[in-house]
Amino acid sequence: MSTAHHDGNALAGPLREVFAVDLTTAVLRCPDCGRRGAVASLRVYLDAPGLVARCPGCDAVTLRLVSAPGRTWLDIRGPVEIALAPEARAAGE
Amino acid sequence: MGAMPIVSPGFTGRARRPDPSLPPGQYLTEDFPVLSAGPTPRIARENWEFVITTETGQRRTWTWPQLVALPTRTVTVDLHCVTKWSKLATTWRGVALDTLVEGVDTAADFVLVYSYGGYTTNLPLEDLLDGKAWIAFEYEGEPLEPEHGGPARLLVPHLYLWKSAKWVRGMRLSLEDEPGFWESVGYHDYGDPWREQRYQGD
Amino acid sequence: MAAVTEVRAETSTARTVVLDVPDWPGHLPGQHVDVRLTAPDGYTAQRSYSIASATDATRVELTVQRADGGEVSPYLTEILDVGYPLELRGPVGGWFVWRPDAAAPVLLVAGGSGIVPLMAMIRTRGSSGSRVPFRLVYSVRSPADVYYADELRRRVRDDAGLDVAFAYTRAAPDAVPVGRVSPETLSAHGWPATFEPACFVCGPTGFVEAMADTLVGLGHAPGLIRTERFGGDP
Repeated sequence: MSTAHHDGNALAGPLREVFAVDLTTAVLRCPDCGRRGAVASLRVYLDAPGLVARCPGCDAVTLRLVSAPGRTWLDIRGPVEIALAPEARAAGE
Repeated sequence: MGAMPIVSPGFTGRARRPDPSLPPGQYLTEDFPVLSAGPTPRIARENWEFVITTETGQRRTWTWPQLVALPTRTVTVDLHCVTKWSKLATTWRGVALDTLVEGVDTAADFVLVYSYGGYTTNLPLEDLLDGKAWIAFEYEGEPLEPEHGGPARLLVPHLYLWKSAKWVRGMRLSLEDEPGFWESVGYHDYGDPWREQRYQGD
Repeated sequence: MAAVTEVRAETSTARTVVLDVPDWPGHLPGQHVDVRLTAPDGYTAQRSYSIASATDATRVELTVQRADGGEVSPYLTEILDVGYPLELRGPVGGWFVWRPDAAAPVLLVAGGSGIVPLMAMIRTRGSSGSRVPFRLVYSVRSPADVYYADELRRRVRDDAGLDVAFAYTRAAPDAVPVGRVSPETLSAHGWPATFEPACFVCGPTGFVEAMADTLVGLGHAPGLIRTERFGGDP
């Protein structure tokens, strides 16, 4: 089993279940070190009881997502800027 | 995805079988999956410590030499992960929490366990006592590998394995039950595999 | 719900699966799908796969590498066959995408199976008639590991403005040196940073991070480099 992390592109599907827009282009500001970057650039750990995304600068946990049958829990730390421009929507929307 | 999953013809998945002697919803596995929420901490034993802090702020600390000088137990236990795999008859050596908590003056009912790397998990204090939990540092006769939680991890096998905090560093005794890392995003505060307590409200 | 209409080998361990997906909304190159498999007892496994094809009505192609010890890829590369159903979620992903109306020259850096979403970009460039200049640097272990070899040769010949350079890290053709992609490789076969190319880097996590660091070291602005990490080494 791979222990190398993935990146926030892997969050596109799970977040799409919760939000009507693609969130991988949203810009997140790390509450610990202040780094600003796209959700797609977060370090994502997939082999866990839930999805965990960490700041690529300081490894602080910035996003957690747990999916259970019929329920999803989401914790996002830090301010998130979501551009509701046409480019942020999945193709065909 | 769609509401009704369609069976994928010919798909059986990782070698596993359901077994009526397992807790509900679990599958038996022969390997030992590594699940991690972050990079593996690398802690040298000379820097390692374990701390118990009571609700009044009193602290007791053990260095690595102090921990391994305590009486240890070798136990063979079954592991049940909330991601549905179970691994039976695993052998560990460690110090019972009874040994560490003995003589600690507390009225606390709850514990928040914390680890190197920032992981936390909560459980009732009584679930760590009476021979139910250990600070384990050997697995199958060998020093515990970092990817499985070494130098030492909590082992509390009667609950789902996310409660057996890897890279354990200490615990805070508390009058209140404070949710840990997974409990604060949906996982169950107690986590009994036999009652299938995976998520809040189960 | 998709149905398999064709399967074809890319290498001895990788296969392209062609799917018919009714109600497919179309996709941008670089996007992926999440594939979910369900066993008769309800056990499920899920993995993400990049779309390999340019958007084309209800037809979607995935190219899957068989991973040793994997759970989903052995099924997709060895058991799945024409007529089988396949459950997909997607297309998803809005970050690692190339839009044909973007004018900047494009640098694609692929490590192993990381070529898949970049091939979707190359195919989209072809089908849209785009004249945006593309350069691909494709790192593989050996010539036998190259996906789309014939098609890449044909496109270099026919789709004016596409250049492809290979790096062979374990075994190379005669007279070609073995070695990783170096700063010199990216300098010689990529675009100068002053051209402000859009850079797309995809492959194993270690490869992607090394290549992104190299590009920054060559002067490319971090904001122009988009990355997609496939986790551990293939």
